[in-house]
Amino acid sequence: MTSSVGIVIPELIAFETALDLERGRSLPRYDLMVETYGTLDADKNNAVLVCHALSGDHHAAGYHDTESNKPGWWDHYIGPGKCIDTDLFFVVSLNNLGGCSGSTGPLSINPVTGKAYGPDFPEITILDWVHAQARLADHLGIEKFAAIVGGSLGGMQALQWSITYPDRLAAALIIAATPRLTAQNIAFNEVARQAIIRDPNFFDGNYADYDVIPASGVSLARMVGHITYLSDIAMGKKFGRSLPRDDHDANGVNFAVEQYLRYQGQQFSGHFDANTYILMTRALDYFDPTKNGLTTLPNVLKSTVCKFLILSFTTDWRFSPSRSEEIVDALIQADKQVSYTRLESAHGHDAFLIPDATYERIFKAFMNRIHLDLRGIQ
Amino acid sequence: MILHSHRIPDWIARNTRVLDLGCGNGDLLAQLVKSHQIDALGLELDPKKIATCLDQGLSVIQQDLNSDLSNFNDQQFDTVIMTQTLQAVRRPDLVLSEMLRVGREAIVTFPNFAYIRNRMQLGLSGHMPVNPQLPNPWYDTPNIHLSTFHDFEELCRTISIKILGRDTSNLSGKQTWFGKVWPNLFGEVAVYRLTKES
Repeated sequence: MTSSVGIVIPELIAFETALDLERGRSLPRYDLMVETYGTLDADKNNAVLVCHALSGDHHAAGYHDTESNKPGWWDHYIGPGKCIDTDLFFVVSLNNLGGCSGSTGPLSINPVTGKAYGPDFPEITILDWVHAQARLADHLGIEKFAAIVGGSLGGMQALQWSITYPDRLAAALIIAATPRLTAQNIAFNEVARQAIIRDPNFFDGNYADYDVIPASGVSLARMVGHITYLSDIAMGKKFGRSLPRDDHDANGVNFAVEQYLRYQGQQFSGHFDANTYILMTRALDYFDPTKNGLTTLPNVLKSTVCKFLILSFTTDWRFSPSRSEEIVDALIQADKQVSYTRLESAHGHDAFLIPDATYERIFKAFMNRIHLDLRGIQ
Repeated sequence: MILHSHRIPDWIARNTRVLDLGCGNGDLLAQLVKSHQIDALGLELDPKKIATCLDQGLSVIQQDLNSDLSNFNDQQFDTVIMTQTLQAVRRPDLVLSEMLRVGREAIVTFPNFAYIRNRMQLGLSGHMPVNPQLPNPWYDTPNIHLSTFHDFEELCRTISIKILGRDTSNLSGKQTWFGKVWPNLFGEVAVYRLTKES
């Protein structure tokens, strides 16, 4: 499992038809930054859509240049012979609308005003992402995906796809996700948002006008987020109560875990847009296929026709196994084809990104079966 | 590996919905999908076995059989199967009742503790039986509720379960003549087809 898709070149695809958004506004036009790996079959039925999580982007596998030693965020799982086998599948990965890695988002120019959207970028929901992804599929000539796959927020997009476009996917693989956020989940997101909003350099989201970025707020938001991605066990193993590697640190760092969080926060604030972070966490918070209890999950899932594989991780406390099991039970109630495994892992929510033999075995078994089903092999 | 009784396929109707509790590698379900075009679902605890089920294109949920089946609807399945596992659950009586709540019919197989070899080992040597069907020593065995044909039928009467069919088999899934005539003595594996007493 060491082979790579190699050097990939992202492509910016323009959509000139307006997109009406769930919360009322509309985008007159938009661009999506997209990467693809593997080859689309002549009958165009071997496409797999990979949906990214909160801070992810289109760069899921391979490398952007020969110098780079940092592969895409899911490189361990996408490539020749890997779980999502690029010898079998044509993989589509995009930066979602509202993102800050090339797709239209708060950093883009609003064609109406001629200046960057900034905080005026419309609120985006997971349903909007799914509609935008469906238009991308149209553009690529993909009528139906062999599978739609995602972890965390990405899994929620896969779930939404199964509901909104039931005939356009054969399988959904939903990893470490939840059917809706809990009050505790929303509370953590709110702390992250407040950290950004209260940064003196935020200027109500208009920081670009002042040529600054609210780096300290974004960094703090990332630190809070990062704690929820790891488990107590994983943190204990990685840092324990050990002192920082560089014990000459003059910035008041007392423990290695502090140094780590600060580093993560700084790295993140250097490349992630504050308005996008707020937009993405709002999209997470508002996600609820039951429309705030107006209907039930089994009811919503009645219209789905794809096969499902749901995976959770034992030490994930951000979206714990019981959240995944809500989706599983709803699918059982709705009489759908669903498989589920609660994987042993010490890595908390982040486990969906980390190499693990059992996880890979199950992931690959499901994907390979999709490939065989496409070819009508028993 | 204990094979399944050859009678099980006879008790399954084509194109029906079947749940297998403790489905292992999914071999029985995969066979029934091919021969009877059933709509199959398995429950299994071991992720390695779950992966093998997925290899075969089966749907399988990781779930402990000692928890109830409350995530399933009443009468959601035509048949609920449990092979060679009843003796390993904490409350076989409750599991049987749940099977017949979520399924119209149930098929259950378990090792017959009154099988002659077990009787000989216990009666003559004075030791708990250890043999190919019951390979574990008494202090470390998953088989915590061993029973016999007689015991099982008594339980069925107590909890209003109607026996639609009974079969015996040896470890290779075949029925022997002696087993047919004196199941409690010569039947190695007990095989039952059940429904709820109306």
